[in-house]
Amino acid sequence: MGFFGTLRPGLVQMRVLDLDKTLDFYTNVLGLDEVGRTADGRVMLKGFDEFDHHSVTLRLADEAGLDYVAFKAACPDTLEELKAKTVAFGYQVTELPANGEQPGFGKRYSFKISTGHTFQIYSDVELAAKGPQIKNPDIWTTPPRGMKAQRMDHFLLYGPNVAEAERFLKEVFGMYVPEVCNAPDGSRVAAWITGSNKPHDLAFVEYPKPGKLHHLGFYLQDWRDVGDAADLIAINHLKLDIGPTRHAITRGHSIYFWEPSGNRIEVYAGGYTAYPDNPQRVWDFDQLGRGLFYFSGELIPSFLEIVT
Amino acid sequence: MNLNIFQITVRETGETFPCKPDETVLAAMLRSGRGPFVCGCFGGGCGICRMKICAGEYEKVKRMSRAHVSEDDEKNGVALLCCVRPRGDMVITKLS
Ligand code: FES
Ligand SMILES: [Fe+2]
Repeated sequence: MGFFGTLRPGLVQMRVLDLDKTLDFYTNVLGLDEVGRTADGRVMLKGFDEFDHHSVTLRLADEAGLDYVAFKAACPDTLEELKAKTVAFGYQVTELPANGEQPGFGKRYSFKISTGHTFQIYSDVELAAKGPQIKNPDIWTTPPRGMKAQRMDHFLLYGPNVAEAERFLKEVFGMYVPEVCNAPDGSRVAAWITGSNKPHDLAFVEYPKPGKLHHLGFYLQDWRDVGDAADLIAINHLKLDIGPTRHAITRGHSIYFWEPSGNRIEVYAGGYTAYPDNPQRVWDFDQLGRGLFYFSGELIPSFLEIVT
Repeated sequence: MNLNIFQITVRETGETFPCKPDETVLAAMLRSGRGPFVCGCFGGGCGICRMKICAGEYEKVKRMSRAHVSEDDEKNGVALLCCVRPRGDMVITKLS
């Protein structure tokens, strides 16, 4: 057996203030493909190297931020198991019908966790019409655009009671926690959590306001693509937050900036290979600058404080 | 004096910085290095540039997140400075 419960975060729904401009960013700059539109005008997108129907939905709204994230379970039996465990953990679960608000997706279960974020789980999703080749496959079908984002990778969420969220993901989703950061009193400041070999499928930072998004991360091939992404940020007059830089935490190469609706985006490459039996890496809060931005070793206030 | 450049005054400190009619007040504040500038998303989403406009004409050029500026706020001159351009000299003030 490989992965224990969830395979990966497979879907996020983002709120955007300007659909046209933000969609233009996602397709022409980040390089995702538009899959289609829902009846109510939301836009479905996916990376060129993703097989499933779509991985990102944009919803025009009067505030920026994140509606929900959804995790793909390995099979329908696992999905039911995860649902039962979620109920037993004490969260109230709602069932969302197949092919409803998210075309192509099977039945989903939805619930809210301690940090105020809405999480969903599903196991069935149609394959995309335009996915990667599988028979004597070429590396791509049409040349990747812009930053050449291959797939959605991870997200960093801000909210209260990260300790409970972490316990939920371990006990219910079968995830593990390769890396953490603790306050001097030993309490959790941040946790990097995964259900796969990626160093993180998601991460949390302790924060008083519930349900906040720090950033949504997309995967690039390598450090050179991260550098090219920096050029595209400049050429397209996007607002840079920090980078190109290297994380000591996760070891990824990275750059952060804001899309036109003000949600922070990261494009990321590399990272170590995580295994559930490896010892956990632990950061002291006073070393977090080095953990996040290894070259400068300095925290920048905008990075820690600004969320949507 | 260039009539196409407006002066933005920060009420608390009396500092002023110039702002062109085709740039946002936040962009001008960043360029001048003056004023209570905090760097954010420049997209109307994060709310870090929220201030009150006490005097002067301005134009909203981008949608401002309702999580940070309610309809009442907006009527009272509260704005995200990355979403507004000047139409004349302006006076702005910090909000708690
Ligand atoms: S800088 Fe984010 S709302 Fe203005
Ligand atoms: Fe990240």
